Amino acid sequence: MLKVENISVRLGKFELRDVSFEADPGGYFVLLGMSGAGKSVVLQVVGGLIRPDGGRVILGGRDITHQKIQKRGVGLVFQDSTLFPHMSVYGNIAYPLVSAGMVSKEVLRRVGQLAEITRVGHLLKRSPRNLSGGEQQRVALARALAPEPELLLLDEPLSSLDVQLRSDLRALLREINGSGQTIIHVTHDYEEAAMLAGRIGVIENGTVVQTGTPAEVFLNPGSEFVARFVGIRNIFCGALGGDTGTLRNFIAGGIRFTLLSDEPAGEGFVVVRAEDIVISVSKPSTSAVNNFLGMVKSVQPARIGTEVMVDIGMELGALVSEESVASLRLVPEKKVWVSLKASAIKYIRR
Amino acid sequence: MRLVFVLLGGLVLLFIIAPLAGMFIATSPAEFFETAADREVARSIGLTLWTSMLATIIFGIAAIPFAWVLARKNFPLKKLVSAIIDVPVVIPHSAAGIAILGFVSRDTVVGRLGESVGLNFVGSAPGIILAMAFVSIPFLVNAARDGFAAVPERLEKAALVLGASPARVFFTVSLPLAWRSIVSGMIMMWARGMSEFGAVVIVAYHPMITPVLIYERFGAFGLAYARPVAVVFICVCLAFFVLLRMLSSKYDNAES
Repeated sequence: MLKVENISVRLGKFELRDVSFEADPGGYFVLLGMSGAGKSVVLQVVGGLIRPDGGRVILGGRDITHQKIQKRGVGLVFQDSTLFPHMSVYGNIAYPLVSAGMVSKEVLRRVGQLAEITRVGHLLKRSPRNLSGGEQQRVALARALAPEPELLLLDEPLSSLDVQLRSDLRALLREINGSGQTIIHVTHDYEEAAMLAGRIGVIENGTVVQTGTPAEVFLNPGSEFVARFVGIRNIFCGALGGDTGTLRNFIAGGIRFTLLSDEPAGEGFVVVRAEDIVISVSKPSTSAVNNFLGMVKSVQPARIGTEVMVDIGMELGALVSEESVASLRLVPEKKVWVSLKASAIKYIRR
Repeated sequence: MRLVFVLLGGLVLLFIIAPLAGMFIATSPAEFFETAADREVARSIGLTLWTSMLATIIFGIAAIPFAWVLARKNFPLKKLVSAIIDVPVVIPHSAAGIAILGFVSRDTVVGRLGESVGLNFVGSAPGIILAMAFVSIPFLVNAARDGFAAVPERLEKAALVLGASPARVFFTVSLPLAWRSIVSGMIMMWARGMSEFGAVVIVAYHPMITPVLIYERFGAFGLAYARPVAVVFICVCLAFFVLLRMLSSKYDNAES
């Protein structure tokens, strides 16, 4: 469907190097990276707003690298509204249809249809200036979908919205994708990526460092950057000791972890997923080799389950079920045991 | 401190108002109406109004797309081009008149070209239009350029992505959003052209635009005869100016 091959761009000091990725037809591809990583530039190259210095963009078999913007067959939604302030909502959604020379009766029908999908039917006569952020993004989506683009590009479409609107709009995006629309979505929010993406590409310093399904990227972060970036709570810096083939020691902040790794000894990071941490009220007698006595710092609902922060000399975040919180009576200040298996600790060499 | 500022401000204001007020006070209502009814004065005011308006419209058509280019595009020697735009503002207007006369008189290519289609630039309305446009066009170009620069470029890009041709983007997005500045630039250009004396008097002493008529009456008959014409002309200019401002602000309100 969309193939981006070795795209390079130089914009002043910023450089995009050899960016390559592929999005399947009907897929939802999220390009994840911090601000300044170059993800918006990639999107603008695909959309034709920036000319690449090298590489190719292939959409549905056509090489569109040097195609005119208006002939590319892509839709683009930006973070902030780019609705035309001097036109009504109707005028905005109709704009690409009128540009394409559609007759007014047809335009009316199509705008109505789009307004229904994006649920902005009641806003058609309004001026975009008087709409909320969420409404503006819905209208922008309707407008971008109007010319039936082969590919929909979204540049941080949820960033300027509050939590509730975000979840509404996410549902809408899923729906649109579900109807077969291929989407490339750029964001710095890993949760957004996890919730929407079929595939994720992580971009760092102008280059794609890892691509894969959300599970692949989040559970096997390919680098310290990815691990830190995707927001895994438990990532610690320290030194790995011992020889390969044995249980290894990793000392971080005075705490000794025991883990498995075939990396040579040296400086690095360890990552522990919050869901791999087991909490108990008495000293556990399990196969887990890492057992620490600590004190509960906070108990907070997470997206799924409850996040319990435990101080063992450093803070560890554990994800447990609400049931466990209730049965163990986990409250701040309570003394608990934290245990994790050696195999649950992932070492990333620096 | 505050007192000094108020005092200085008051002095500047007085400096502008006092001579004008004096002129109005010195003109009796009888003189005013008599002058307003003077065929020569009326004809010259009419001429001044339509030539300056035509200058604004004709040159505006060329200046507006040019202003967009200045606002959006980078090209070699752009700074020089921008500086050239401002030249008419800084050179003496009599010198501008000499330059235009040299450019359009009968023995030049432009003059002969004009003559072949029945346009004579020297001592005629077309010459007046040229002289007015020359000295007033920077006001429109600069205002329109600022207006286009204030239109968010991403709106233009969004329109392109939506499949609009560059021309359609210009007419449906850039132009309507910069319209406010353009209108205000046109009003400035028109007002500046209308009040031009130096450049016009050299290219066309006759037919007489009002600033030239005022000068002629002053030279031939003295202050007392020139003053009522000046007062009538100022009144007409101000009336148009206020009317246009009101119309354009009404348009703004309707838009927002």
